[in-house]
Amino acid sequence: MSNSQYELNKGLAQMLKGGVIMDVTTPEQAKIAEEAGACAVMALERIPADIRAAGGVSRMSDPKMIKGIQEAVSIPVMAKCRIGHFVEAQILQAIEIDYIDESEVLSPADDVYHIDKTEFKVPFVCGARDLGEALRRINEGASMIRTKGEPGTGDVVQAVRHMRKMNSEIRKIVSMCKDELFEEAKQLQVPYDLVQYVHENGKLPVVNFAAGGVATPADAALMMQLGAEGVFVGSGIFKSGDPKKRASAIVQAVTNYRDAALIAKLSEDLGEAMVGINANEIKIIMEERGI
Amino acid sequence: MKNRIDMRIGVLAVQGAFIEHEKILEKLGVDCVEIRQKEQLENIDGIILPGGESTVQGKLLRALGMLEPLTEMIKNGLPVLATCAGLILLSEQLENDTTSHIATLPVVVRRNAYGRQLGSFNTRHDMKDIKDFPMVFIRAPYIVAASDDTDVLATVDDHIVAVRHNNQIGLSFHPELTDDTRIHEQFIRLASS
Repeated sequence: MSNSQYELNKGLAQMLKGGVIMDVTTPEQAKIAEEAGACAVMALERIPADIRAAGGVSRMSDPKMIKGIQEAVSIPVMAKCRIGHFVEAQILQAIEIDYIDESEVLSPADDVYHIDKTEFKVPFVCGARDLGEALRRINEGASMIRTKGEPGTGDVVQAVRHMRKMNSEIRKIVSMCKDELFEEAKQLQVPYDLVQYVHENGKLPVVNFAAGGVATPADAALMMQLGAEGVFVGSGIFKSGDPKKRASAIVQAVTNYRDAALIAKLSEDLGEAMVGINANEIKIIMEERGI
Repeated sequence: MKNRIDMRIGVLAVQGAFIEHEKILEKLGVDCVEIRQKEQLENIDGIILPGGESTVQGKLLRALGMLEPLTEMIKNGLPVLATCAGLILLSEQLENDTTSHIATLPVVVRRNAYGRQLGSFNTRHDMKDIKDFPMVFIRAPYIVAASDDTDVLATVDDHIVAVRHNNQIGLSFHPELTDDTRIHEQFIRLASS
């Protein structure tokens, strides 16, 4: 991957900021998402709540199904590959996906190594629970980061934890003096220049979204007020009573995330939210995959 | 630090890369205000429509009741700089698409004209009054036709990528993703004249 391609890939993530990326499983759902104001869609065969319910090994989606979604909408289309499964990533690049999510929601294909994302032209987004994970993924070539949350639960607690942790670690690095940065790079197991970037700019070198457990306009606004630059909504939309209305309300809540009166109005009559499971009641902890 | 310039530029902040424009305006010593609701459209000397997703921005402009007042203001001469998705919002017509949004710039625009993200590219090109400008195209549109009274500012590979029509400047690419402030400086001169 050339330097300028990486800049273009980071640039696409910048264009997605202030937006909502929605999980969809069919062209019809993709259309609903686009009309409701999604800035991109994530094409996958099963949304995380169903992956969790079904159990077993979950893999990259059928390319034909992804192509159907690419044809249905004009906004960017993302798709997931398994952690470390660089051939799935090659396939997604071959069908000209706009963004690959190397995702812990699918079963990891490699329990040691992530994909060397610098070998690809197409951009990658990766999950991270803290600053070290985020910077390691960026060093491997990710051009966008998201929190890991605990996908498919409808419980926002992990996404909140990850976002708070990342931001407090960033604040800590900003306040360090130069000689402390070398030790911090060692502790985080990341190259010094990335730590230096965070020290100087007070932010990650790429866009950072919230993901995992966002189910309501209030959840989305919470993540934005905590410093997310945009929001992924997975199971929260198409597992709810009125997907169209809920999707549109979440989009508007992300734009005006500080306007509580407006969010109150947006939260009225949305029908049933996804039922959800408490994140501490589940057996498979996806956020611990690939660290 | 440059002297502050006595003007206020609005940056449409419903979705997309608006902070990047704000940073350039700050660098040029211009006050800016984020526009997320229609009340914020008051007392501005110009407006920037940033890159992002035009379908999202168009929907939010309507949902927030901003489309009509903003369109009126631009028709009445409010200077506007529109980049990428902003150009799509501004254009009178979209190719193969019946939707339009603000529709004050007399051009026809092709969305995703260079294809998907793998078709995104960087180049440097001369513009009408600016030499060798760095141009970043990300899932970019281009202009397939422009009215006779529209001034073509730049053409890349035979496609129109920058135009001006009186108070409106429309660009396919993203000057806000570069360190080059010359287009923003031109826009500020337009807004102060």
